[in-house]
Amino acid sequence: MDDIAQRCIAIIAKAKNIPTDTIALDTTFEALNIDSLDKINISFEVEEAFEIAIPDEALGTLKTVGDVVRGVEQLVAAKS
Amino acid sequence: MNRVVITGLGCITPIGSTVSDFGRSLFAGATGISPIAAVPDAPDGNPGVRFTQAAQVLDFDPAQHLDSGVIAATNRNTHFAIVAARQAAQQAELTKHHQPGDIAIIMGCACGGRSSEESEVKNLYTRNARAHPLTIVRTMSSAGASNVSIDLRITGPTLDISTACASSTHAIGLAFHMVRSGMTTAALAGGHEAPLSWGFYRAWDSMRVVSPTRCRPFAADRDGMTLGEGAAMLVLETLESAQARNAPIFAEIVGFGMSADANHITQPQADGAAMAMRKALADAKASPDEVGYINAHGTGTQANDSTETAAIHQVFGERASQIPLSSTKGLHGHSIGASGALEALATTLALHEGRLPQNADLANPDTSLNLDLILNEPRPTGPTLALSNSLAFGGLNAVIALRSWR
Repeated sequence: MDDIAQRCIAIIAKAKNIPTDTIALDTTFEALNIDSLDKINISFEVEEAFEIAIPDEALGTLKTVGDVVRGVEQLVAAKS
Repeated sequence: MNRVVITGLGCITPIGSTVSDFGRSLFAGATGISPIAAVPDAPDGNPGVRFTQAAQVLDFDPAQHLDSGVIAATNRNTHFAIVAARQAAQQAELTKHHQPGDIAIIMGCACGGRSSEESEVKNLYTRNARAHPLTIVRTMSSAGASNVSIDLRITGPTLDISTACASSTHAIGLAFHMVRSGMTTAALAGGHEAPLSWGFYRAWDSMRVVSPTRCRPFAADRDGMTLGEGAAMLVLETLESAQARNAPIFAEIVGFGMSADANHITQPQADGAAMAMRKALADAKASPDEVGYINAHGTGTQANDSTETAAIHQVFGERASQIPLSSTKGLHGHSIGASGALEALATTLALHEGRLPQNADLANPDTSLNLDLILNEPRPTGPTLALSNSLAFGGLNAVIALRSWR
């Protein structure tokens, strides 16, 4: 797993107070009991960590941890 | 109309984070006022404030009580509120004996999540940082009431009262009226506050009402209040429901009075305080002659203590000097919106145990006030009627009347 994925998983694990090894790329938000407030909270931490801005319309499309990682990869790539 | 009794108690305070510890400190005169601990964002040594003491809750770890998700979404005042409410609700078996929709939650909190807000504002103005997305839900004044309702799954009328230093006495009084009238069968009422941030200390310092030594209400050499934090909660329910299940009863609430000075934003007026006491007695259908204890607002400022004394003389006439009186703020400090709840708890324990708490550290009482100040040790009492006064900045006054339950 690459650095971006590991950092995203660490952020999600911290937000939900669960071990990182319970989270994989195909883990769904539903399985992690991530509600709308968690989603906003996690997005904020991800934005701060990678110095990116996640568009509002992208938030609604995130369903899995892999969705977050791919989105971050795209936004980081677009920055450089 | 229903009679209303107190069947559950809870607290997180500078003198104890259980009711039994609070009671022990209260009757031992063991103060919770201590040197100010490290203040986030304050320069070393807290320069710029003229006081060094506060009444802090030093032994509270939210992780011992709350999930990390709740901790992240709430400020310290709400942590206190949830834990104190759980204690009171558990003691009264509140949700076992009352329908969730028949229980009210009425909380006093005037400062909200002040420390969280200050931290975000500092980051904003110093480095144009974004605000944390949980800032609003952490800082809203009603967060304590909301989180208690979520935690205990109580669905009845739930609200926060913000009337500065009278907030939680207003909350308990309104809850009393709601249960008395039959609007709800029970209520969880009290207050919570955790405002001890650097900005809060600096703002109070500028008002020049905080003691550079230690709050000594009704002392001849009193020199101000001591800031504090904490929470206290009472379960109120109808006498009928308490007796039906043979619940322990700590005291009966019999009256509530409130008034506004309508005069000055900081300078209290005796007429307003006197009106609130008279209204509480009238609401209780009691005579001033029945009052056997006053838990005074007693902040330890020159202005409050002399004005409150004048009000007591107005209401009780010649008997004013014969009514045992104490302020417990020398022990638990002044926790602003929570102070009325801490004092209602102290008054309830006094009536329940038949001993009236002394004024802490009162070696030099102000004899010119002509009051019966309880000195040195608790004073035994038979069943009696007590008043608990809260007189807030802005001239908002609230008084509750409680009777011993025998």
